[in-house]
Amino acid sequence: MSLLEVRDLNVTYGADVRAVRGVDFALDAGQTLGMAGESGSGKSTVALSLLRLLPATATITGEVLLGGEDVLTMGWGRLRAVRWAEASIVFQGAMSALNPVRTIGEQIREPILLHEKVGIRAARERSAELLDAVGVPSRRMAAYPHELSGGQRQRVMIAMALACRPDLIIADEPTTALDVIVQAQILKLITDLVHEAKISMIMISHDLSVLADTCDRLAVMYAGRIVEIGDSRQLIEAPRHPYTKALSSAFPKIGDPASRLAPSGLPGDPPDPSAIGAGCPFAPRCPEVFDACSTREVELWPAGPPDSARESACLRVLPEFSEVPA
Amino acid sequence: MTAVVVASPPRLEGARRFAREFFRMPTAIAGLSILVVFTVLALSAPLFISGDDLDVTKATGGQLAPPGHGYPLGTDQPGRSVLLLLIWGTRTSLAIGVIATLLAMVLGSAVGLLAGHYQRFAGRALMHVTDWFIALPSLPLAISLSAVLGQGARSITIAIAVTSWTSTARLVRAQTLAVEARPFIERARALGAGNVQIMVRHVLPNVAPLILVSSTLTVAGAILSETTLTFLGLGNPTEVSWGTMINQAYTGSAVTRGAWWYLLPPGIAIVVVVLGFTMTGRAVEHILNPRMMTR
Repeated sequence: MSLLEVRDLNVTYGADVRAVRGVDFALDAGQTLGMAGESGSGKSTVALSLLRLLPATATITGEVLLGGEDVLTMGWGRLRAVRWAEASIVFQGAMSALNPVRTIGEQIREPILLHEKVGIRAARERSAELLDAVGVPSRRMAAYPHELSGGQRQRVMIAMALACRPDLIIADEPTTALDVIVQAQILKLITDLVHEAKISMIMISHDLSVLADTCDRLAVMYAGRIVEIGDSRQLIEAPRHPYTKALSSAFPKIGDPASRLAPSGLPGDPPDPSAIGAGCPFAPRCPEVFDACSTREVELWPAGPPDSARESACLRVLPEFSEVPA
Repeated sequence: MTAVVVASPPRLEGARRFAREFFRMPTAIAGLSILVVFTVLALSAPLFISGDDLDVTKATGGQLAPPGHGYPLGTDQPGRSVLLLLIWGTRTSLAIGVIATLLAMVLGSAVGLLAGHYQRFAGRALMHVTDWFIALPSLPLAISLSAVLGQGARSITIAIAVTSWTSTARLVRAQTLAVEARPFIERARALGAGNVQIMVRHVLPNVAPLILVSSTLTVAGAILSETTLTFLGLGNPTEVSWGTMINQAYTGSAVTRGAWWYLLPPGIAIVVVVLGFTMTGRAVEHILNPRMMTR
């Protein structure tokens, strides 16, 4: 059985801003899934709705089964118990996600003391172990967030996410605002820790290359939907959806002068989430568009070898449209 | 084992930095010295002032005698030493000022925190109550409150507290709103923290400096209100405070008889103590809020 199963998740902000429009995916225990997409594609909304952390103005429908239990319908007390103990979050921007007037030790202990019946002493020892595990000297436990560097703060966030030994970690752009070297260290740290402890992880980023390095599977989101999902290597090397193609070719290959001289981008802007019409939402920007795209509804269709679990939401993966000229 | 031992240095370091900044400001030193002098006087008064010195029937001096021969600040109508009355009055005035401020701070911070945290119906209702208290003129409210509660220090304390918590509530609510919008509150929610945990563990430490500053400034106002209320005759006439001294000097026609030594000392003492609290409060505010620094 999957650890996490999301079925037909819809999130609407206010009356008509449909940020997420029917997302389905599943995650097995110990597996890592990357979620990529532009700003506003709904990837952070999906992440926050997994723990019901969205503001009250958001309406959520569908099912989020975490260990077989539906997060969206569970009671308030049970929800608080599930938060962090079963699924925790590594937030983006560690400076602002840490309380500036409390020491990092206190903040790492907070979830331990909240969720487990342990004394302050045991919690203190555990937070020291956690800090050592993420590479921050545990004697820094009494430091305030402003006394640490950006990379150290993000390490503290990771230690905090591991504090209650969760089954699932949601990493929401864990490496934004860090320089490339530190970014690489943090990514290596988080993937090593997750693999070691056999924790499942959902990593969200707009950086496809980061996700390709760290995750087993990749899901690409566009306008509130998953447009392509599959094994990350296959997805990067042989994308089936034109949007994934555009994303993966937008990264220049180092040492390849051709890609530097002819950078490929994607013209246009993502659609306004309150005004998405019929047909494929990507059609207005798609280089391979044809007439059926603007009328026929798209959904995720199998798009690879039968047992590969590759799926793509492009009409061209259907046999009847595969040869239509653009 | 080595990891667990070090827990306190940064906090001590912070306090040390605060002290260093504080003692660099002349106004802070002046304000704090005033407060220390008056507090020491108030606390040590029972050591050198006995009940006999304050007893109207056992007074030994002349009626409204001018300063001199054993009475550095002269005497009042029954013949008591004005200096000893002044020192004894410090006790009542400071006690009422400080206790009223503590009550006002607890009430104001609680209302502000709750109103800032529960932004829907409860928060709005609390702020309407606060607005209502702001709209009420505080002096008539305090007068009618102490009239209802009866004369004496306790009713004056309550009256002052009830009329001076509103500005703290507004300040704390505004700051709570600002703090709650920050991402670490969302992080706290994500790790399963409840409302109480968020308010007490995350918001309160962030608004605490504000409460501290606000309280030093409120003490000054509370001492002034205490004087006003006792001067208007709402205090206990047998208790010695600066307000009752001015009241008795006024009713005992000290003004017409030119007894400045009875009227002036309590007035000056009030001004000096209020100044001491204000200067200390301003200095603390300057250190805790770096945006106010003018370099």
